[in-house]
Amino acid sequence: MSASVDFQEAEYATERPLLEIRNLAIGFTTSNGEVNAVRNAHLTVMPGETVAIVGESGSGKSTTALAAIGLLPGNGRVAAGQILFDGEDISNASEKRMIELRGNSIGMVPQDPMSNLNPVWKIGDQVRETLKANGLPSGPDDVAKVLSQAGLPDAGSRAKQYPHEFSGGMRQRALIAIGLACQPRLLIADEPTSALDVTVQRQILDHLDKMTTELGTAVLLITHDLGLAAERADQVVVMYRGQVVESGPSLELLQNPQHPYTQRLVASAPSLASRRIQAAKELGVETDDMLAPSETGVVEPSKTDEVLQIQNLRKVFKLRSGLGKSTDFTAVDDVSFSVKRGTTTAIVGESGSGKSTVAQMVLNLLAPTSGKIIFDGVDTSTLNSKDLFAFRRRVQPIFQDPYGSLDPMYNIFRTIEEPLRTHKIGDKASREKKVRELLDQVALPQSTMQRYPNELSGGQRQRVAIARALALDPEVIICDEAVSALDVLVQAQVLNLLAELQSRLVLTYLFITHDLAVVRQIADHVCVMEKGKLVETGSTDDVFESPQQDYTRALLNAIPGAGLMLPPEVEVA
Amino acid sequence: MSTYILKRFLQLIPVFLGATLLVYFLVFSLPGDPIVALFGDKPVNEAVAAKLRAQYHLDQPFWMQYLLYLKSIFTFDLGQDFSGRPIAAVLGEVFPVTARLAIMALIFEAVFGIVFGLIAGLRKGKFFDATVLVASLVVIGIPIFVLGFLLQFTIGVQLGWAKPTVSSAATVQDLILPAIVLGLGSFAYVLRLTRTSVIENMNADYVRTATAKGLSRFQVVRVHILRNSLIPVITFLGADLGALMGGAIVTEGIFNVPGVGNRLYRAVLSGEGPTVVSIVTVLVLIYCLSNLLVDLLYGWLDPRIRYDS
Repeated sequence: MSASVDFQEAEYATERPLLEIRNLAIGFTTSNGEVNAVRNAHLTVMPGETVAIVGESGSGKSTTALAAIGLLPGNGRVAAGQILFDGEDISNASEKRMIELRGNSIGMVPQDPMSNLNPVWKIGDQVRETLKANGLPSGPDDVAKVLSQAGLPDAGSRAKQYPHEFSGGMRQRALIAIGLACQPRLLIADEPTSALDVTVQRQILDHLDKMTTELGTAVLLITHDLGLAAERADQVVVMYRGQVVESGPSLELLQNPQHPYTQRLVASAPSLASRRIQAAKELGVETDDMLAPSETGVVEPSKTDEVLQIQNLRKVFKLRSGLGKSTDFTAVDDVSFSVKRGTTTAIVGESGSGKSTVAQMVLNLLAPTSGKIIFDGVDTSTLNSKDLFAFRRRVQPIFQDPYGSLDPMYNIFRTIEEPLRTHKIGDKASREKKVRELLDQVALPQSTMQRYPNELSGGQRQRVAIARALALDPEVIICDEAVSALDVLVQAQVLNLLAELQSRLVLTYLFITHDLAVVRQIADHVCVMEKGKLVETGSTDDVFESPQQDYTRALLNAIPGAGLMLPPEVEVA
Repeated sequence: MSTYILKRFLQLIPVFLGATLLVYFLVFSLPGDPIVALFGDKPVNEAVAAKLRAQYHLDQPFWMQYLLYLKSIFTFDLGQDFSGRPIAAVLGEVFPVTARLAIMALIFEAVFGIVFGLIAGLRKGKFFDATVLVASLVVIGIPIFVLGFLLQFTIGVQLGWAKPTVSSAATVQDLILPAIVLGLGSFAYVLRLTRTSVIENMNADYVRTATAKGLSRFQVVRVHILRNSLIPVITFLGADLGALMGGAIVTEGIFNVPGVGNRLYRAVLSGEGPTVVSIVTVLVLIYCLSNLLVDLLYGWLDPRIRYDS
């Protein structure tokens, strides 16, 4: 896709754009009247070029792309502007014309591989109907060919399987096969890999690159990940609150962002260039605003106190296979590490590596098959119910999904107060005072108390979850993918908050994540897990600067934008 | 797959024993003496009564009666009802009639429920949808005996489009009106279920992906929306077959259908234990088998829950 600049410029002069969006406005009819999701958007995709639209959720980037293939949701419509596909305005084209274009002129690779394949049809059937609908030969061989081109091994027999028999990566390959089956001239890829592990993400994107280059397909890539956009696209378009705020060649835009929003986005994009606050302080490097609160830190944690020791931890699950039979599956295999008080230890690995199982065992929600978890000198498996109750007070979790982990029927006050009530702490007045303090600590207005989770944004909900975890003044907080579901800017805010709280309250974090860039920002120590085993441990700097294992190197290399040169300092507006 | 079916059949044994025992006990505990009732207003002849009691084992304790009944089932001799006819012959007479009625009702509710539900779902919020929703609420809200008499009077008597009562042959033409009445309640339910399911599936990601492939609207609806939406509907229909067979008592009463409901009602009134238990046991078995059928269909419709492996 990255042809030489001169060649591209020559093309610009002679060719007309494949897709041109001019002054596009998209409105949604809701019960509160018309809402403008996109205003005055404009972008141009030349034949064979990759253009990325970057923005946070709700910025209108997906809506813009869906409009280009005529797939706006029922209550949405193009209110103004033009969408020119190869010179033809399709913004208000008939459904018949759109059906002609879809598939063979404009293809789509959707976001979530779990929900975008029909669970009741075989993969092969779903590819075949694509070929058939666009008048291409659709025999079993043609289907297998399309699937194998998308990098699916053993495509002939795989085509006879159902989606639930595929892994996430394989499903995404099937969806790419469907999107490119009819060799469209434009491919709309809507967050094609956000739901996948970084290593799988890299393979899939590499393959997508290769295929679109071979076919000469132009790609409109929708992503929230600036690093990924910069790495994969020739041009980047930044959207914010329904408007295009900036666009231009990717590297140029990344190195010299003009709009304040782009500047913030670049500044907060987690990358390998970021530094752990503490490490930066020790090195005497100028601190950024993320560090400011820690300078007022009063208690310097004693570095030798190991609050949590994990010894030879194993967890074996019995998988049912037929009548009365079962096979053993070792999810966690001989894992040992320890966590010092007041520090952050991150466990990283792909999904299925057993990292969340470790977290559940540390939380005493799951009993280990063998091995010990020693919390503050006591083996947690020996706790009786009363001691366990006390243990729960000292070790609190924050979970991944801020939508699922808050009770929708509880208002925020009741949500945060619940642990206090459960542990019979204080009376009504003192509990209310405590909740107000907690809301202050997580920087939420006290008026939030009367609101319900569905009225809050993802970042606000995660702050509520943090406040709830802090309610009992715990010593250890287990964060299971606590920031993975959040947009980068919100993610940076929440990480800031966690770092600030750590230095103020001498908290110990055990951070479970698949995102190495986040690890770089928050962790002192890293444990890398692969297939249930601990493959590498060490200080964050050591692991990132000189990884010892191939697996760790693969994980590090897979971070989007890892190889890009970021400007060392960006002024935050 | 075959092990799964075998397992399900083995499960029928405890269900069968439990159901017969329970029903037998209930009939046994009914107040009043059925033999005395047989004499009506005439004085009871003790010698005849004793002979009859012995013939129907009514002089035995409960457990003995039940065991004797089980024995009669396994020797394929179900005994006689109080009018002296073999119970097996009675069953052979009433069950085909009710089965015909129930299957006609099932076809009616499935075809019309799914078609109307699909159209309503695809046109959510439009005029057709609103009309059908209100109408289905009305149907669900009105008791079946009111609807039954209403349709019998208007369509059967006043308009003369269908026969208001059923002949002893109970032909398909005879049963059209009763089948519609019997199926109306479930029809409204199938309609609403299909509609909800269609609306849910219309917004599914894979439907959008299917549209993005370049499929026509018709193909998207047929291949991706309809089949996925039918999964819960099929489950309901299968379970409903059993309910229709057993629940036809009111409808059969209104239209005088010589079926299971009518016969069962009379047997309960006269305290004919063996007849009641035989009819109920067959109904229980039909219920179990239709549920098994649903589970197999379910696996066929939704590959994620197949039973092999």
